[in-house]
Amino acid sequence: MSLPTDTALTLEKQFRLQWEPAQNAYVLLYPEGLIKLTESAGEILKRIDGKASADDVVHSLEQAFPGADLKQDVIDFLEVAYDKGWIRAD
Amino acid sequence: MTKAGSGPINTAGPLWVNAEITYKCPLHCVFCYNPLNYASTFESELTTEQWLKAFREARALGAVQLGISGGEPLVRKDAEVLVSEASKMGYYVNLLTSGVGLTEERIAAFKEGGLGQIQLSFQDSTKEMNDFLSSTKTFDLKLKVARLIKQYDYPMVLNVVLHRLNIDHIEQILEMAEAMQADHVELANSQYYAWALKNREYLMPSREQIQKAEAVTERFRKRLGKKMKLYFIMPDYYSDRPKACMNGWGSVFLNIAPDGLALPCHEARMLPGLDFPNVRDHDVGWIWNESRAFNLYRGDSWMQEPCRSCDEKEKDFGGCRCQAFMLTGDATHADPVCSKSPQHHLITEQVDLAQQSRAGAEEVRPLLFYRDDKTSRLLGTPETTSVLDEHA
Repeated sequence: MSLPTDTALTLEKQFRLQWEPAQNAYVLLYPEGLIKLTESAGEILKRIDGKASADDVVHSLEQAFPGADLKQDVIDFLEVAYDKGWIRAD
Repeated sequence: MTKAGSGPINTAGPLWVNAEITYKCPLHCVFCYNPLNYASTFESELTTEQWLKAFREARALGAVQLGISGGEPLVRKDAEVLVSEASKMGYYVNLLTSGVGLTEERIAAFKEGGLGQIQLSFQDSTKEMNDFLSSTKTFDLKLKVARLIKQYDYPMVLNVVLHRLNIDHIEQILEMAEAMQADHVELANSQYYAWALKNREYLMPSREQIQKAEAVTERFRKRLGKKMKLYFIMPDYYSDRPKACMNGWGSVFLNIAPDGLALPCHEARMLPGLDFPNVRDHDVGWIWNESRAFNLYRGDSWMQEPCRSCDEKEKDFGGCRCQAFMLTGDATHADPVCSKSPQHHLITEQVDLAQQSRAGAEEVRPLLFYRDDKTSRLLGTPETTSVLDEHA
């Protein structure tokens, strides 16, 4: 399934992202489960706010981490998140 | 923050807290996993404040998932307060209910309070199976609750416990689930603890029954695809390796009983000599990290053979301590579900028994132990008898 890169992305309604000091990580919470996110996955998902598109997320990350070539990694991760049903494209 | 290094073995906190806020329940399910003497907790339930204190302490250790269960949690009038306060603390809150007592007013309050999901259990109907399966009244109640759940934008998660007396009706059960527009249906075969253990010989399905039920499930799965996701869970007696119970003792799961007893699983209260701590008297951090009860079966130093030298011990942790105790009389034995256990015959004998043709549901019904307060009080002494004792 291919994710459009210019469409606003939203976290699916049963999912909640939050920072957990005890784990020193972002976690994605859903009914009766949780996924501990890597640092980069956390950085990507915290930019999903119902307005930003995949392109916007890439742009924002390039500003935050100048010099890094992130685009393909970010798109790949968002594709996975989309396939897994964590995010939707409205 | 966790106090790093304060635990003898496990330094990570619990991730999942299950709050059994009351054992009171309007239903009388013959497979209930609540303790036989559940009625003994009626006079000593935690107050709202005591629950919130325990939630705060567990949250400080890093717990993020909270189950509000029972009994029937809706029996408690403070369920809404517990849900909303826990959500504010940062928990993802799951309500596990039969739906009895779920009015629009209450579901609106839960939504407002940040409830994450509702899991609706299909109430058992062993007493009046035929009536039930054709009962407009029950069906209407379920439809009404299902509509409310959808209306408040929750997924419709349905949990059905299967057993010998209802598994042949799986087609009707799944048709009902479809009519309720369920999104997820968990078809879990009864596990044999507490009331279900008492009723085990009448509840265990035959292999043929399971195969037929699986085939029906597969037919629905093919037709409905993603629209209604179906999960079929086999009884563990039909496996030759034990389940990794609770992902290991005191590893991720903390159960708090209505009277405040802190337990590593729903069933552990039955284990003798553990002296489980109470959240009224102790901080959850101490309970999790320091108490003897939570450390006893962590790691592998407690193990006997065949577990101790087994190359799968880090995968299944020797199975379930409670099942080992109930069936063999010693919680440090291997779970007899494991074919490597010298007591595996305790399982295979039951499985063999389940293949024999038995009396029909009509004859069996009067023989069952129904979970009700009167029976619980009769069975009232702390549940420390194992199957061995009963047959001794």
